[in-house]
Amino acid sequence: MNDSTAEMANTKSPEVKPNEAQEAPAKQLMLGLLFGILFGFLLQKGGVAKYHVLIGALLLVDFTVMKVMLTAIIVGMVGVFALNSLGLVKLHIKPTRYAANVLGGLIFGVGFALLSYCPGTGAAALGQGNYDALAGVAGLLLGSYLYAEASGFLGRTVEKWGNRGKLTLPELLGIPLRAFLIVCVPVLVIVLVILDRMTVR
Amino acid sequence: MKWHSLVTAAAAVLFLPGLTFADSAGTDPRMYPGSAWSPYLVGALIGVLSMLTFYFSDKPLGASTAYARIAGMIGNLFSRRHTESLKFYQTNKPKVNWEVMLLVGVVGGAFLAAWMGGELTGEWLPPMWAARFGTDSFGLRMVAALVGGVMMAFGSRLAGGCTSGHGISGTMQLSVGSWIAVICFFIGGIATAMSMFRL
Repeated sequence: MNDSTAEMANTKSPEVKPNEAQEAPAKQLMLGLLFGILFGFLLQKGGVAKYHVLIGALLLVDFTVMKVMLTAIIVGMVGVFALNSLGLVKLHIKPTRYAANVLGGLIFGVGFALLSYCPGTGAAALGQGNYDALAGVAGLLLGSYLYAEASGFLGRTVEKWGNRGKLTLPELLGIPLRAFLIVCVPVLVIVLVILDRMTVR
Repeated sequence: MKWHSLVTAAAAVLFLPGLTFADSAGTDPRMYPGSAWSPYLVGALIGVLSMLTFYFSDKPLGASTAYARIAGMIGNLFSRRHTESLKFYQTNKPKVNWEVMLLVGVVGGAFLAAWMGGELTGEWLPPMWAARFGTDSFGLRMVAALVGGVMMAFGSRLAGGCTSGHGISGTMQLSVGSWIAVICFFIGGIATAMSMFRL
């Protein structure tokens, strides 16, 4: 009896595999939702879903945004590179395209001040009850489609100018990664301490 | 005592911009409630959350591409053929993926945090906006928010990411493009915000 059940399990196992293949993305979708809930929770508790905190950052009087970002960068930098050196995670370095980074960055900045929520904090602002973020979400959807309309042209022009691929700061400076981190992490911590001492909020 | 008049003049120059806004003290962001939790604690936890998304989902935190996917799905409702012909949607299929779920989660998580902390706002006009542009400036706010959203989405797609994707995930991995982009976010943002609130 034991043998026959073992055989049944064996014969069934190939049929299970396609199910598992379908389960994996579903599991990832649920993980995405869970991580999103945590991210949104933290953004709201960090005050960066609030209109006046975000515009205050751009008016250089409220440095909450800079403090949240800089601390996240420092902790994430140490953590992700440590996990990577242990072979536990892959890096996801975005390509460096000088013209597109600068032009897109400046356009983003103007839009950031007009809306005063960014794509992530806009979703958090909406969840918090800032209904004006709805117009921002509509704009974000419209702007995304407009980019897609222009993506062929932009891909042939602006995005080719100064395209350096996956370039990192240590590579640019010709310094080994660990040597760079040994200097970079303490410098960022010092910047954060100075920011804390010099600002009220 | 000449030094005395000098100090008075210096004080006038330093504080005059503040005085001119004395009638609308509502444009000082620090007059409104700040963060519920320490920004350092929140930042550190977002850093840890980044490690978790890398480990469990092989993904960096990012928000802007989700809008592009959703826009593509809406585009598919109007003209599937046209949407599929666009270069961007050939490499980024318009469908519900990890990033879209993350964005949906952000709305829910922020609601949860605001609800638990008694910070649900339920307002159509941010008070600081109203203090600057008037309580009857709802139309202006809608236009600014819409145009701002359009520019931000276009800019983040062109730059390759937003304040999350470039500003946190990209910079922590020391990507040159991410550091350039985030500096440009702030240059464009500071210049525009100053023109809106300080001119």
